[in-house]
Amino acid sequence: MKGVRIDSVSKKFGDVLGVSDLNLDIRPGEFFTFLGPSGCGKTTTLRMIAGFYYPSNGKIYFDQRDVTTLQPNKRNIGMVFQNYALFPHMTVDENIAFGLEVRKLPKAQIQEKVDRIRSLVHLGQYGKRKINELSGGQQQRVALARALVIEPDILLLDEPLSNLDAKLREETRFEIKRIQSELGVTTIYVTHDQTEAMTMSDRIMVMENGIVKQIGTPQEIYHKPNNRFVATFIGETNLLQMRITSIDGDTVTIQNDNGFVLHGYKQNYAKDLHASIGDNVYVSIRPESFRSELGDNSVRGTIQFVEFTGLSVNYVVNVQGTMLKAMIINAGSTIKQVGDEIELHIPPSNLYFLGE
Amino acid sequence: MKKQLAEQYEPSWWSKLTQSPYFIYILVSPLFLVLLAYVVYPFYTTFVQSFAGNNKLANYQKFFSLKSTANLEALWNSLYISVISVITCAIVGVAMAFLLERYNFPGRRLLSVLVLIPMALPPLVGVLSFTFLYGESGIFPRALQHLFQLDSVPFSLKGVWGVIVVHTFTMYTYFYLTASAAIKGLDPSLEEAATSLGASRFRVWRKIILPMLTPSIIASSLLVFMVSMASYTAPLMFGVERTMTMQIYLARTNGNLDMAATQSTILSVVSITFLLIMRWYQNRRNYQNLSKGVSVHRSEVTSKPLKYFSVFLSFSGTLILILPILVLVLISFSKDGAWTIQILPTEYTLDHYKALFTDEKTWRPIWNSLKMGFVATIGNIIFGVAAAYAMVRLNFKGKTLLDVLITIPWALPGTVVAVNLIAAFSTESVFTFNQVLIGTFWILPLAYFIRHLPLVFRSTSASLMQLDQSVEEASRSLGAGWWHTFRKIVIPLTLSGILAGTLLAFVQSIGEFVASILLYSTSTIPLSVAIFQKLYAFKFGTACAYGVLQIILILIVLLISEKLSKGSAGSAI
Repeated sequence: MKGVRIDSVSKKFGDVLGVSDLNLDIRPGEFFTFLGPSGCGKTTTLRMIAGFYYPSNGKIYFDQRDVTTLQPNKRNIGMVFQNYALFPHMTVDENIAFGLEVRKLPKAQIQEKVDRIRSLVHLGQYGKRKINELSGGQQQRVALARALVIEPDILLLDEPLSNLDAKLREETRFEIKRIQSELGVTTIYVTHDQTEAMTMSDRIMVMENGIVKQIGTPQEIYHKPNNRFVATFIGETNLLQMRITSIDGDTVTIQNDNGFVLHGYKQNYAKDLHASIGDNVYVSIRPESFRSELGDNSVRGTIQFVEFTGLSVNYVVNVQGTMLKAMIINAGSTIKQVGDEIELHIPPSNLYFLGE
Repeated sequence: MKKQLAEQYEPSWWSKLTQSPYFIYILVSPLFLVLLAYVVYPFYTTFVQSFAGNNKLANYQKFFSLKSTANLEALWNSLYISVISVITCAIVGVAMAFLLERYNFPGRRLLSVLVLIPMALPPLVGVLSFTFLYGESGIFPRALQHLFQLDSVPFSLKGVWGVIVVHTFTMYTYFYLTASAAIKGLDPSLEEAATSLGASRFRVWRKIILPMLTPSIIASSLLVFMVSMASYTAPLMFGVERTMTMQIYLARTNGNLDMAATQSTILSVVSITFLLIMRWYQNRRNYQNLSKGVSVHRSEVTSKPLKYFSVFLSFSGTLILILPILVLVLISFSKDGAWTIQILPTEYTLDHYKALFTDEKTWRPIWNSLKMGFVATIGNIIFGVAAAYAMVRLNFKGKTLLDVLITIPWALPGTVVAVNLIAAFSTESVFTFNQVLIGTFWILPLAYFIRHLPLVFRSTSASLMQLDQSVEEASRSLGAGWWHTFRKIVIPLTLSGILAGTLLAFVQSIGEFVASILLYSTSTIPLSVAIFQKLYAFKFGTACAYGVLQIILILIVLLISEKLSKGSAGSAI
């Protein structure tokens, strides 16, 4: 297992900038995820690491070795493709053995490794099957086995779960995570699904339009977004534009044009935010941070919309002309109706301040 | 600072070369070289030759001169034969497609198999059977004459109308194939939607069905027009001398090479113009229906009179389609010279078939054609697979040019290809390693190679396009080099496409007549020319036995191709 270092890498397609000035350090053994909407440059970055694209500028290192323009077949990577890219004219075993045969391992050793990996991915008796006789989930596991059996330095996964149905996707998510931690291989995972990113990753890189928006652990990304894109892309949030009216020690008071006033703490400023009295800021409040009992930052409004999900009750509340999404965990209390008055409070520590 | 810690990775000159953005041009240059040598250069020499003489434009002035109008007449004849052929083929082809796709009647299944018979007839053999059936001394006219005790035959197929009838019979399949594909792709729910909105049956036809069929009808019209312009065998057999291809042939056999070059250039311009229009049109069209799996409902013919009528129609259709093959088989068993004024041959023998494989002289042309077809096809495979891979997988400037250059020989009439080759290779040239090719074994395989360039290329690129690129990338990511990937992944997965194109190129080469008749040398007479010669020596039996042999060969190939295209369904993941 190796680390990956990406040093000021850019990739242009004609005049279109796919990825711009990317810097990244992935530690050996880490489960690292590229997350972003389609067209954000995450797959382009993955393909540069795999060697299918060469960067227009910058360097890529595996540990200390410069692999920027090394051919993909010399990199010792394992890759799982979105559509699995299994060889349709070969059986399961022939698919898995392909990389080992290229490496000219002795026959007996190949068979032993293939058998071992096949049971690791729970495909014990399927070795002689043709690819088109397998279900989607089974094909997915063959692809994973084929990539892992060569003991790659780095495992690359390009949206591997996007072709599976919801239930299978969840199962396979656990499975991939289990196998990854069992083998300890450095893994780079590309997805547009935030749940996958949050549940599996050690660290996440959020990208938009070829630019890195934030790199951090799932908790950091969720609780301390660096900018508005990350705050709205990951999970749901109320993003309000407000003006700072006073700063008293650690406590910041903000107000919007409707005269709606809230308090927050300065320690919740985003990394690069330096706002003082009179400045406009954005404040991010997660729906689940609302509390139904009374307390600080108490707000009172009329319910515009109610949604019962079983786990929780989601309200849209009109507070002095400002619409707020609030989520209250369902603890058996009565559910209010549209038009009812509701009083909620937002603990000041749950306000997060972002720049323009 | 980290950079200094990094291990220096110094690429070798070879990897520097292969990673250069210009390396791709080194890879594709052999393809362009082949096209330059055997397509562009011969074309260019013909073009230059057409301007030979002191007065550069003399040949063109002669062509368009109003004093001797032979050439203008030929151009006009070629054009109007082609236009009428397009119309008749369209009527027959589209009507057949609707009949077979939309209606159910007795004999439909048999008819839908036989409808493709004209494709299995090599051009010369097809025309041959038509003259035996409907020509001046053909079976039908004579039978009618005997039946009604007439002094002369009541009708016979000859001249321009003979050409048009043969064109209709052999070329309506282009319309049939595209129209029936379009009708199959027509989502019945569209018609149902229109009906539910209150449209009458006629309105549905005019506003929904016809517009959806227009692209396929226009594409086939252009194709049929091109093929008719290039048609040579039918005018030759029906004695229509005033067509472009015949004029070229006559000018060439009379030794007027400059004039032949001029005529070829003019005909090429017409053909290539149509090719370009067709390409342009195909790129901009397409309302392909995406809803799949909805099968078209076939209306049952119910009323009694209509039922009898449809039975009569399908019976006569079947008969018309199958007769050309039956008559060939019949005559192939007839004794040469014994069939004079009778309706049917009177004496039969197995000798012609025995001779095919035992008589050295009869066997020789078959062997020649097999050899030359084999050589040409090997060339087609190597070039076709390489060009298809470059076209589908690589990215380089000049892709459109490559595509057009490969397609041009297919659009060019065989006569023109032959004239071009004569112009280019009657003298030594660099492209032939300073050899004169005309009069040697090599000229015919070269002509076959050029005429059938697109076949392997097309079928291979079609299967390559179905093969997801990520499959190749997967192989690379597992450590396999380019060559290993090509051998173990690409070739096995596209094999059915390669083979289908290869077989087609091979049978086409075996049956090729149009270029062969202008290029053959007495030491390597090909099968088609031998048929032609036997015909003129009144050895009908042998000629037909050759024809039957060719048809059997083609049927075998069609059968294998059908099997292959079914087997490839698994590779389309």
